[in-house]
Amino acid sequence: MDKRADGRKADEMREIEAKVGVIKRADGSALFKIGDTIAIAAVYGPRELHPRYLQNPETGILRCNYDMASFSVTERKKPGPNRRGVEISLVTEKALLPAVDLSQFPNAVVDVFVEIVQANAGTRCAGITAASLALAHAGIPMKDMVAAVSAGKINGKIYVDLSKDEEDVEDATDIPVACTARTKKITLLQLDGNITKKELIEALILAKSSCEKINKIQEKALLEFYRQNE
Amino acid sequence: MTSKLLVKEKEIVIPGQELAEGLDYLPSHGSFREGNKIISNFLGLASINERFIKVIPLTGRYNPKINDLIIGKVSDIGFYGWTLDIGCAYNAVLSIRETSGFIERNDDLTKHYDYGDLVVAQIIKVTKQKQIDVTTKGPGLKKLIGGKIIEVTPSKVPRMIGKQGSMITMIKDATKCNVIIGQNGRVWIKGETLDKEILATKIIMKIEQESHIEGLTDKIKEMLQEKE
Repeated sequence: MDKRADGRKADEMREIEAKVGVIKRADGSALFKIGDTIAIAAVYGPRELHPRYLQNPETGILRCNYDMASFSVTERKKPGPNRRGVEISLVTEKALLPAVDLSQFPNAVVDVFVEIVQANAGTRCAGITAASLALAHAGIPMKDMVAAVSAGKINGKIYVDLSKDEEDVEDATDIPVACTARTKKITLLQLDGNITKKELIEALILAKSSCEKINKIQEKALLEFYRQNE
Repeated sequence: MTSKLLVKEKEIVIPGQELAEGLDYLPSHGSFREGNKIISNFLGLASINERFIKVIPLTGRYNPKINDLIIGKVSDIGFYGWTLDIGCAYNAVLSIRETSGFIERNDDLTKHYDYGDLVVAQIIKVTKQKQIDVTTKGPGLKKLIGGKIIEVTPSKVPRMIGKQGSMITMIKDATKCNVIIGQNGRVWIKGETLDKEILATKIIMKIEQESHIEGLTDKIKEMLQEKE
């Protein structure tokens, strides 16, 4: 079999580490590491929502914020929100919303902050996975867990979890996919590049089976947090 | 069709985990039915009571319930009464009519409860829109003077009180401190000396950390005897 530049198989993800309860002052927090990409998520709330015009008397709302630390990439990133950050904040929110149930919290908000402290491709996926863990740790009512991973095409072949070097190959296609654990529904699907229908289906099947593997790691991380005290 | 339990009593479950199959079991707090499966809403402990399955969350903010004893902090004063911050997404309202004692018309309300004062109150009403009314009429409901306050996870409060108050009585007797635990996770401690207050604080922190472990009362008892 042909191997990838870093020696992985086509359906092999980079090394994964998940940890819950990394930020003491937050209601819920989690760290998710996949290869050299590290995402930290913090959840605050449910709490009062300001400005008041955003309040919804029927249900609580979810507000996500994605940000990359200025030292997370090789060339210093200008700190603060940018066009890319705003877009990823929005897709993170849409990816997590089907999994949470905020109907008990009218007029309130649950804030999710995702910070990328080290970036090497697949940051939005790492961010969503960390945010899902943090929401569970914060005790927010949830119907499901969400895991995300990127799939991609390089030189006509489908691989899972592209690294930065692979992503930068000419004509590479990157497809971030988020998937729920129990219902197996796709909650995030983006595509950057060209792909045929057949290849897309192949990539989605690969991403879905990888998401299941990540779900197992999420479950282990949540249970471990309570077992370590025993 | 046969029904089947998929979890054990006191097992830690995660959101979205299937707890039982079949229509013989019914979802209670912290779980819901989808198809013929019962699914967990929270990261918590599964608890099975005959046909009912519930999940007790291990984390999370306070969820106000009627008849709960809470410790609130005065955050605003209006014509009608006081607004209390009770550590959840919604503020509680303490109306003038729900206070003990007589308040004269046009009286200065800060004389009774001032900004930042801590008040032990009981919830008398929670509407669906999460408007919370509290009262300070009743035994043990009062303004707290002196002492210190610590915050713990609200879901662990029942463990701190224990069965028929066994745990809290033990802490009170051993440390000779006055301890009031609000259901909203605020614990007020007032002791004769600082050392005793610190001891009580340490024990409460210990319970918070190990609340999901069985046989905790005996462990705390040992810890208290060592200190004496």
